[in-house]
Amino acid sequence: MMQWLSMGGYWMYLWPSYLLTFLVLVLNVGYARRSARLARLEALRRVQGAAAQQGRS
Amino acid sequence: MDWTWFHRFGSPPHFYRIAGKLIPWFAWLAALTGVAGLIGGLILAPPDYQQGEGYRIIYVHVPAAVLSTMAYAVMATAAGVGLIWRMNVAHAVAASCAAIGASFTFLALVTGSLWGRPMWGTYWQWDPRLTSELVMLFLYLGYMGLRGAIDDTARADRASAVLALVGVINLPIIHYSVDWWNSLHQGHTLLKFSKPSMPPSMLVPLLLLMLGFVLYFAAIVLVRSRGEVLRRERNARWIAELLGAPS
Repeated sequence: MMQWLSMGGYWMYLWPSYLLTFLVLVLNVGYARRSARLARLEALRRVQGAAAQQGRS
Repeated sequence: MDWTWFHRFGSPPHFYRIAGKLIPWFAWLAALTGVAGLIGGLILAPPDYQQGEGYRIIYVHVPAAVLSTMAYAVMATAAGVGLIWRMNVAHAVAASCAAIGASFTFLALVTGSLWGRPMWGTYWQWDPRLTSELVMLFLYLGYMGLRGAIDDTARADRASAVLALVGVINLPIIHYSVDWWNSLHQGHTLLKFSKPSMPPSMLVPLLLLMLGFVLYFAAIVLVRSRGEVLRRERNARWIAELLGAPS
């Protein structure tokens, strides 16, 4: 296992590359989901506001 | 030729619905191909006869580099479609590609640099391939900066679309830089169908990871584009119907 992790002595170049890739993948997912959720919430608030105003008039 | 499908896809409610159905498929297929590619690349593939285990950076560097140019091509195409046909959905897709493309360009540059240190003896060289990739990162940042600087969405769409289209000139430069100039970067490995440069045991995991990255990109772009469409169409009747409120 340790032999595999050392990657023939290239571990200090190889594993940071994989870690950074993992971070970029995860952050992109998180940011996209957050952005879509905020857009949906904003739209919902707007629609509910318009409906409430319609109810009053 | 019947262009109904094209205009139908440009309809925001239709796009929103179709994208919502496609996202889980793309996401699951991306996860499956990604895991299979990682197992193949990190465990099953043999070490390289020259670079030893160090070559395994290829399994993240090449998919990131491919995705960085592909995202730009998709962004510029969508921006062009938006500009010519005044299609709001196309502008939403273009805007959604930029940050993802920029992050993968950054990733390609850093992983390339980490590969370059043990193989070339340096983290960075002003090599044509590396420099043109860096120019692309600046193009992405410029595109995002321009969009952010203009408050009016329609004007931001038009101005950023022109910038995206001008930047397309950089794509063939990135691709052919290793042929046109003396480059420290290795030549084409994958686009040599007549004489493959890699044995299948190394090539298959790489192709799987490239496919996984492309599917991942498709899923993420669609998630972001749906949000962007919701923001742009906030006053439309279909949004009220979609969210279940009386319109």
